[in-house]
Amino acid sequence: MTPVDALATAPPAPDTAPARRPGPPRVLWLLAVVAVLAALMAASVAVGSRDVGWSDIVAGLGGSSDTIGQAAVTKRIPRTVLAVVVGAALGLSGAVMQGVTRNPLADPGVLGVNMGASLAVVAGIAWFGLFSATSIVWTAISGAAVSAAFVYGVGSAGRGGATPLKLALAGAATSAALTSFITAVALPRGDITQSIQSWEIGGVGGATSAGITTVAPFLLAGTALSLLSARALNSLALGDELAAGLGERVAVVRGVAALGSIVLCGAATAVAGPIGFVGLVVPHLCRLLVGVDHRWLLPFSALAGGCLLTGADVLGRIVARPAELDVGIVTALIGAPFFLYVVRRQKVREL
Amino acid sequence: MTAGLLPSPAVVDAVAQGRLHRASRRRWVVLVLAALVVVAFAASLMIGRTSYPPLDVLRVVLGEDVPGASFTVGRLRLPRAVLAVVAGLSFGLAGVTFQTMLRNPLASPDVIGITSGASAAAAFAIVFLGWDGTAVSVTAIVAALGIALLVYALAFKDGVAGTRLILIGIGVAAMSRSLTSYVLSRAGAWDFAEALRWLTGSLNGTSWDATVPALLALLVLAPVLLAQGRQLSALLLGDDTASALGVRVERTRVLAIVAAVGLLAFATAACGPIAFVSFLAGPIAARVVGPHGSLLVPAALVGALLVLVADLVGQFALGTRFPVGVVTGVLGAPYLLFLIVRTHRAGGSL
Repeated sequence: MTPVDALATAPPAPDTAPARRPGPPRVLWLLAVVAVLAALMAASVAVGSRDVGWSDIVAGLGGSSDTIGQAAVTKRIPRTVLAVVVGAALGLSGAVMQGVTRNPLADPGVLGVNMGASLAVVAGIAWFGLFSATSIVWTAISGAAVSAAFVYGVGSAGRGGATPLKLALAGAATSAALTSFITAVALPRGDITQSIQSWEIGGVGGATSAGITTVAPFLLAGTALSLLSARALNSLALGDELAAGLGERVAVVRGVAALGSIVLCGAATAVAGPIGFVGLVVPHLCRLLVGVDHRWLLPFSALAGGCLLTGADVLGRIVARPAELDVGIVTALIGAPFFLYVVRRQKVREL
Repeated sequence: MTAGLLPSPAVVDAVAQGRLHRASRRRWVVLVLAALVVVAFAASLMIGRTSYPPLDVLRVVLGEDVPGASFTVGRLRLPRAVLAVVAGLSFGLAGVTFQTMLRNPLASPDVIGITSGASAAAAFAIVFLGWDGTAVSVTAIVAALGIALLVYALAFKDGVAGTRLILIGIGVAAMSRSLTSYVLSRAGAWDFAEALRWLTGSLNGTSWDATVPALLALLVLAPVLLAQGRQLSALLLGDDTASALGVRVERTRVLAIVAAVGLLAFATAACGPIAFVSFLAGPIAARVVGPHGSLLVPAALVGALLVLVADLVGQFALGTRFPVGVVTGVLGAPYLLFLIVRTHRAGGSL
């Protein structure tokens, strides 16, 4: 695979490059995705329950909030940024998770990791008076780590290791239990039941630039860990023995990559609540476009994740006008059919 | 076993003894379960902010007018307790029917999305269309049948593999739940109590209007299902063996599916998809009764007991009033995890 990738920009001869499907080169796809992302961000700033004119948009982007239209635009800017950032984090996190577990159904939502982060935050707020934004992010990441370890432990117990079915079932069961626990923790606390919806269904409506600044370092760290693992994930894809034979320290690599993806989805959940299926859908689509090389797949998944979540958020604002639909609902409505498609298409036990 | 064509009298005797023993154990277990259901039912009529002695409760149930108790017990607690029993029986029966038919304890209607589909439809009919009563139940049953068909059709690819069916069901369940969330969010203000009813199941605010359709459905459909009990057990042996034993396989299957889905849908329309009851009832019943014979009656009783006890716990044991579905959810999910781990320790296949 490696010599082919070195020639990635040159059109490869068909018989030496079985891993790459014929089609436009990856650089073109990259440009296309960036263009789509830019268009969606523009739409996200322009579309909402209040119609705004071009002059208001330009003025609002410039920081002015004199008219109501301009004020609406300035409210939509952090929301757009948050959607892009969270979508990118979830897409990247899903791609890494699928690489680490070598499981086509791995996704922070399907595996219950997002719900773990959610429960940790709700419990922290209800029992320990958690207040500062940074401590909430730490709590969310710890919750994500614990539930990921738990689900993976349950899913890989017994014969056959972590098959897609066992992991998905363990994730679904854990999610169900965690949702019940979230309700159980929050219900006695009248003061936080108001916000319970945001911990059961993810959304980006409450975005503030302060919130984004708080999670930014965590997201950057997670992104760095994930991207640095790209080459090692390529080796892991060949199987543990082969990867070890190629000189990878399999356990270390797996741990680092998993940590990166957990930090990403934990931080994303801390700021936007549990959003499912982005991490499932995006890597599969990206694999169709750029192939299985993680050095391309990971950055691509991040970009496409940003596109998907921004698009879903815009869609949620359009279909329910003048009300809004939480982006977590939209991604589930888009993502669940895709989940069905993957299940039907794959020979589920293998991979 | 003996080598001859006919088993020796000693073997015949032992088998007959075993059957007798199992039959009597079964009878005892069913009696004990029924007694426990009655006790829990009585308890949920008596216990509350104001508790009433058994005699007062009995007088209210018999239609006498007791000051205070008539309203609290007759109007508030009785419909709730009756619905708890009806829903528990319905979920238990439907769950064990699916688990038996698909030969997999994981293939219960709440795991594979049928209950959450019914719930989404009921919420839709109530919130968007402003319907109530029977119309809601009918919507729920149509949706539940549709979902069952959809899951089966999507899972069909050179035959239905259990693995694929369950994964498809998980996906369908996720989609139904987000549809429910969508409907509820369109309802305007997020009404938390209402949301909990349709997402996890709740008996709060139950009135006779909600209880009666579910009760009638149970009275009609449970006998249909119970009449199929023996044939259903035979289906466990595989279609060929079952038809060799004289079971009309397709007829049994269609009747059982329609009856089970009907029970589920009516119960769900009344109190939401009480989490994991239909998943738990069958395996618990199998544990207490033993592996032989039809599980329908014991599972139904276990279901009723689960809902009654979980509702009592949710209301009074924890300081805050939790909806019943939260309690069963906290109970049921660990069992599902346990099942995943244990099945694989034992080397079985999922």
